[in-house]
Amino acid sequence: MNFELFTLPFNLGLYFILIYSVVRITIWFRDLSRSDKLRLQRGFFGRPFMDSLREIFMESLLHRKIFRKNPVLGYMHMSLAFGWFLLIVFGTFEADFFGEKHLNPPSHAIFFRWFNPEHGAEGFARIYSIWMDLLLAFILSGLLLAIIKRFTPRLMGMKKTTKHTWTDRIALISLWLIFPSRLLAESFTCGAHGSGSFLTGNLGNALASFLPVADIAPWFWWLYSLSLGVFFFLLPISRYFHIPVELFLIFMRNSGITTGDRHSSYTEVQTHACSSCGICISTCQMSYAAGIHDIQSAYFIKGLRNDRDIAAITANCLMCGRCEEVCPVGIELGPMRLIERRQGERSDRTLKLKEKYSLMRRRSTIEKRPTQSYSYLVREEPEKADVLFFAGCMTHLTPAVIAAMKKIMDSAGVIYRFMDENGGVCCGRPLMLAGRDREARELINHNSDIIWKSGAQILVTSCPICYKVFRESYYLEARVMHHSEFINLLIEEGSLRLGYLHKKVAYHDPCELGRGSGIYEEPRAVISYVAELQSSAQEANMSLCCGGSLGNLTLSSGKRAMIAADAVRTLTLCSPDELITACPLCKKTFVQVTKTKISDIAELVAAAIPAPKREIAKRRTAKRYSGAISNS
Amino acid sequence: MKTMSAHIVVAGGGVAGMEAAGTLAGMGYRVTMIEKDDAPGGHLLQWHALFPDRRPADEVISHFRKHTEHPNLRIITGTTVEKVRNHGSGVLVSLSGGAEEQADAVIVATGFELFDAHRKEEYGYGIYDNVITSADLEAMFNRGLVAKADGSVPSRIGLVHCVGSRDEKVNNNHCSKVCCVTAVKQAIEIRKMLPSCEVFCFYMDMRMYGPYYEELYRESQEYHNVNFIRGKVSEASVNINNRLVIKVEDTLAGRPLKMELDIIVLMVGMEMAGAGMRLAEASGMKRGINRFLESTDHHYGNNLSGLRGVFYAGTCTAPMNITDTISHARAAVTETVKYLNSR
Amino acid sequence: MRVTQSNKFGFTINRSRLIDYDSSDRKVREYVTLREPSFRLCFACGGCTATCTAGQHTSFNLRRMNTFIRRGEIEPLREEVKRCMLCGKCLLVCPRGVNTRNVVAAAAEAIVKLERNEL
Repeated sequence: MNFELFTLPFNLGLYFILIYSVVRITIWFRDLSRSDKLRLQRGFFGRPFMDSLREIFMESLLHRKIFRKNPVLGYMHMSLAFGWFLLIVFGTFEADFFGEKHLNPPSHAIFFRWFNPEHGAEGFARIYSIWMDLLLAFILSGLLLAIIKRFTPRLMGMKKTTKHTWTDRIALISLWLIFPSRLLAESFTCGAHGSGSFLTGNLGNALASFLPVADIAPWFWWLYSLSLGVFFFLLPISRYFHIPVELFLIFMRNSGITTGDRHSSYTEVQTHACSSCGICISTCQMSYAAGIHDIQSAYFIKGLRNDRDIAAITANCLMCGRCEEVCPVGIELGPMRLIERRQGERSDRTLKLKEKYSLMRRRSTIEKRPTQSYSYLVREEPEKADVLFFAGCMTHLTPAVIAAMKKIMDSAGVIYRFMDENGGVCCGRPLMLAGRDREARELINHNSDIIWKSGAQILVTSCPICYKVFRESYYLEARVMHHSEFINLLIEEGSLRLGYLHKKVAYHDPCELGRGSGIYEEPRAVISYVAELQSSAQEANMSLCCGGSLGNLTLSSGKRAMIAADAVRTLTLCSPDELITACPLCKKTFVQVTKTKISDIAELVAAAIPAPKREIAKRRTAKRYSGAISNS
Repeated sequence: MKTMSAHIVVAGGGVAGMEAAGTLAGMGYRVTMIEKDDAPGGHLLQWHALFPDRRPADEVISHFRKHTEHPNLRIITGTTVEKVRNHGSGVLVSLSGGAEEQADAVIVATGFELFDAHRKEEYGYGIYDNVITSADLEAMFNRGLVAKADGSVPSRIGLVHCVGSRDEKVNNNHCSKVCCVTAVKQAIEIRKMLPSCEVFCFYMDMRMYGPYYEELYRESQEYHNVNFIRGKVSEASVNINNRLVIKVEDTLAGRPLKMELDIIVLMVGMEMAGAGMRLAEASGMKRGINRFLESTDHHYGNNLSGLRGVFYAGTCTAPMNITDTISHARAAVTETVKYLNSR
Repeated sequence: MRVTQSNKFGFTINRSRLIDYDSSDRKVREYVTLREPSFRLCFACGGCTATCTAGQHTSFNLRRMNTFIRRGEIEPLREEVKRCMLCGKCLLVCPRGVNTRNVVAAAAEAIVKLERNEL
């Protein structure tokens, strides 16, 4: 077996990255909690493993999700990932089949043409060479798109692409060089030997017509091997580390591991699995509606990866969850940000090269020191009730919603207690969104105590923010219902009789109710029962944030208004008579920026309650009365 | 004289429009006044009495009726001015309904609109029967009866200042100037009408900028026992007894305050009128960040539009009281005549 | 003629009664203003305090807190700032668009930093 010096960079790089990845993943595995380790072990011998293989093929190679979102971008990713994969697989076959012996070292597959310069002259080998050239052309077409995207992202339908660190840049250049250098290396060799197929053969012949190809060829084989080697060595400290890590992430996720509420090796894996594809940036309303371009999830993850001080980035997010919906890698971006918000401060430092490779680097998991204290709250002795209505803090600023809920529950004969009629205690969700879980727990305990003591079977709330935390973080016997669910229940059981309003309305899914709690159907069922529901441009799991979100502590009111105005514009494209929402905060935010009538779902339903005869007579008198005013 | 036969269109028949139209007609110009409602008079028609001396609004209305009764003055009602543009040496005025008027000059006096109190949902206008606006209260004064929606006599009324003014949440950062003194005037009227009814004014700042305003404020305390609480009302609700409850901070005591009330009166502020905004949009007139028309110079050109032969009068440029509106309209007349003479 | 030094002449004013603006500590104000520039916009209407969820139960008063921070009076805030629930109602009420929740968060942080001598 002849050894060529130029294969050394490739071989060193390959064995380095293989060993590094295995060690790294082993350490991540070691650091998992006991139960997560069990999940992985069980997953390895069960369905999750097969599911992961399928997902790896569909997402990591074919990039189906990106394809759906943006076909050109999808093709780019697919040609690079899937193309390279095929090139390696068929290259290995080629070396094993046509080489001097079977089971060659990887370098013989990668540098096959150098070792077999005359190969592919006739028969099956000839056809096989065409296939290999096709694969190379496939990858090169993707590479061309990647270069176009880097310099003119708009051509690719991307508003912004991610900014790079210097290691990313060198890794990128080495990655870009791999395939052109392979093309040239093979072409020079083919030109010297009169072999090769349509791509390498023709290019080789053309080059041979005016260059001493045999002398030049080794230089390009060196370049090819070097770019591969450099790429492999930089892999762990560049964003391309996502390629091996993503495979592990897919397996972990399919085995049932979730982010939880502290940093763990799963958050580490997610951090390294981000490919910085930038889809989250284009999806982010803060970016396209408010002109804030440096806080998106890709930057958040990158800051986390490089251990930068990202407190400002972490805080400046609406927590609407749209990026998580579109993330092709499936990183749990919301929980990741919340974990970071719980952290104490992180000093800003630039990692040394050694630290970047460090296998032991782990983030501190100390919780933020509590700054708030609610020891002043007095325990209360509530009255007994089957149905408890908790309007929520914000709803007290939208009295029309409270009035509508009272009217609906009275009309349906519901006997209820209004828990926070005279003002209540915050549900705790805003504190959790600010990363203050321990303090939130105090409020949660206080409210839970009241709800338990009331003996309620059903807890109805008008605020999706409260709803989410009641469902997820309260331990209650009562069934928690958002008022849209409760109204739906009243309609279904026949206790609420409603007329039909001849109105066209559009519905806005509040973040905490829709993406946050998965309630999409009930509000639509209720609305369709009383009015004509139009579909709008961004719906259900891709619905827009109103901009008023409590998830963001630092966003200015001006920027919020920009986001709200943009969202309303999209939602009212079909010019509805009314825009319906199911959240007092969305309502207050939208009202500021539009002339379109904004109503809560409860108001819409209350308006559809047929008036008793006495009421109609009263209304007529009132009309006469108001006529008198304008005449005077 | 050639100029005396010049034709001037006045867009708007409120105080500014009537003052300008009547004065120009009296000087011998041919004037056409375009009023969007059935009769000229503007917001004055809804008002019972005027600050600072509580003189009946009717007196001022009859003054303007007389002032605008002139053979040179033609009044077109039920019509709005949609667009003005320079045409030849004059101004072509497009009216709603498609008609056009050729004028030598135009005075824009499209006035203001009262803030729509529904937009401050937390105050409960349109939700609770006994939450009314300052304009609704004037209508009650006109009927000679201040009563709750069920007809009963109120024992405590609260007047909430700055509704729709000085409030970023409704895109109005400006002060409407007249609401403070209107509140004091209305508080006195309530006290006179219902001596047993307590009256509270909830204010952020008392902006008594005009002649006799501060004196009126003093009078309201000295003779009418009107109470003043410094704090912005955050919200209104109803309690179990179906009585209105407001929340406010008594900022001078430094503690939140809750109070039951029978009637809440919202002192609605002034906004640029919708008709004026459409006219400005169509004609390319500049508007300020407060959405009112922006004149070419705040100090010595505040009647000038920047369009040849088009002048501004009154509250289409900023919130003003009646006295200032009349002065501003007279200044617009001066600018118009100066322009016509110099042609 | 000898000039009498002012501190040896006349009345002695009880210092705790005064807001001694000249010797007040401005670090907290500067920190809060830097972290949340809209802090400067407050015109003390009290809307936040009127609507405040925590203020119903305890002596938390955002309007007063803002004033104290501006005057460099930090002592009264140390305990009070901890009582806010961050519910955000005040955010919807504020007529000046002050980002009230972040003012509280920044003030709480500033006080922690002050205790650690980090300001």
